[in-house]
Amino acid sequence: MILDQVIFLITAVVVLTAAILVVSVPKMIHAALWLILALAGIAVLFVLLQAPFFAVVQVIVYIGAIAVLVIFAVMLTRKAMQDDGPQLNRYSVLAAAVSLMLFAVLTGMLLSWDGANNLPVNPAVNPDTIVNLGESLTNPQGFLLPFEVASILLLAALVGAIYIGREHRAGKEEE
Amino acid sequence: MNFLSDPVTFIGNWLTGLVASLGMPKETAAAWVTGVAVGILPLLAMLWVLVLIWYERKVIGRLQDRPGPNRVGPFGLIQPVADMLKIFLKEHILPAGVDRIPYNLAPILAVGGVLGMWIVVPFSATVHGVDINVGALYIIAVGAIGTLGIIFAGYSSNNKYALLAAFRVVAQLISYEIPMVLALLVPVLLARSMGMNTIVQAQPVWFILAAPLAALLFFISSIAEVGRSPFDLAEAESEIVAGFNTEYSGLKFGMFYVGEFLHAFTNSLIFTALFLGGWQGPGAEQFPILGFIYFFLKTVVVHFLGIAIRGSMPRFRIDQVMQLNWKLFTPIALAAFSAAALVEKLAANLGDAARIGIHILVNAVILGVVLLIGSRVFKARGIRLDALAERNRAAVKLSMEKSHDS
Repeated sequence: MILDQVIFLITAVVVLTAAILVVSVPKMIHAALWLILALAGIAVLFVLLQAPFFAVVQVIVYIGAIAVLVIFAVMLTRKAMQDDGPQLNRYSVLAAAVSLMLFAVLTGMLLSWDGANNLPVNPAVNPDTIVNLGESLTNPQGFLLPFEVASILLLAALVGAIYIGREHRAGKEEE
Repeated sequence: MNFLSDPVTFIGNWLTGLVASLGMPKETAAAWVTGVAVGILPLLAMLWVLVLIWYERKVIGRLQDRPGPNRVGPFGLIQPVADMLKIFLKEHILPAGVDRIPYNLAPILAVGGVLGMWIVVPFSATVHGVDINVGALYIIAVGAIGTLGIIFAGYSSNNKYALLAAFRVVAQLISYEIPMVLALLVPVLLARSMGMNTIVQAQPVWFILAAPLAALLFFISSIAEVGRSPFDLAEAESEIVAGFNTEYSGLKFGMFYVGEFLHAFTNSLIFTALFLGGWQGPGAEQFPILGFIYFFLKTVVVHFLGIAIRGSMPRFRIDQVMQLNWKLFTPIALAAFSAAALVEKLAANLGDAARIGIHILVNAVILGVVLLIGSRVFKARGIRLDALAERNRAAVKLSMEKSHDS
């Protein structure tokens, strides 16, 4: 449908512009704000792909939690409000080379995949995609094991963060 | 389709027919009418704020033993209109050093986040914006956008008090989102769907019966999400001037208040839809207009409760707000949610009445455990509730005597 394509093109332009601005604006806090726009654009893309659950989760997790966290982190860093030092350090050429190589490899991989050259077959739209997702995440034949492993990883990170936080405070009390 | 029993659908169909008869394809006509409806709904919601402001000032006035607005128009009904016109005419002051784009975007996000919630509210059996299958989650997601507006306002104002206020409000909002989401998952679990209309349709027996704890947590957390008394840390004048909106003036300042009043009412709408059966009631399926009336009446009751709490409770301290959330609400919400899931799975074969009975029993047990632990903690810390109450009474008596003297 033509309307979908127009919306997709506009969203794509907005997302890419915002993403470039994230890494190029001098003020850290502005970078965080552009990041929010880029993330919101991704949510729109999910809607266009008929994945409302992912769109909503994208907004909750990335805009509602992670973006807010990033803004907090930026505001707590040194001189965040008037930071206009040099944006590149001496490794910039190396970093650019590595990024380009990674981009080339990923593009090559994608092009060698069948889906890149053929138009996708429009799958029968299932109204209960959430049910399918939930069942596949809790089904031992499905993704139960990776899902639980990821949960344990996150739990370990949480415990680790608390441990580091407490250690620091205990050290202070001893002084 | 009868006009009297279902006016909105009737008008929609009539308009679609009218536009189609002018020579437009049926589908395009329907799209245009939908577009018009999309414009009308937020407009009505914004105008509804005028009534809300009058109603809230009147109720709080009565609670505080004064008449409330009573000069402009009958019962002061025109007062909000006068205030609105005044605020339209006020100057927009742009303080020095503000970050313009976030500064101007903040009030829009604050109101837009609230208006976005109206899309998924099922007003009657036939009238709802869209019935997306992730409606309940969508409400939380859109609420997060309002949080963003507050950060924008605090950061861009170039004012340390505004920034501090934004920090503490956002900390509060993010924290209270957790028990709110967990409490919201209980009706989702009971209805086996996240679509708002499906949740309402699943409630011939209101969910507040099967999930009283979740309903209570959702209600309190939603008050905290709006940031009203007793959670109105956002406007603790003695600590942070006027809060995150200190540097705003005129209509931009007004937008934050429109957002707050509308948010309070919208949360009542959502509470009604999730826990009080929404538009459900006798004859609501046959005559959708009746469903609309039921929904409205239930919402007004919930909203009144919120206003009554706002008018009668003192403000918490910020550390108390955080402790209440992390040490009380989040654990209870987790327990209530897990218990509801377990009961739903284990008692799936029992009849509705038996299952609801087990749900109530489990909720009572959780509440009992919480009270038991609470009394132990109080005892261990040497806090005696009767002594606290005695001290409060003495303080109230003293302040009343003082006000009589002066």
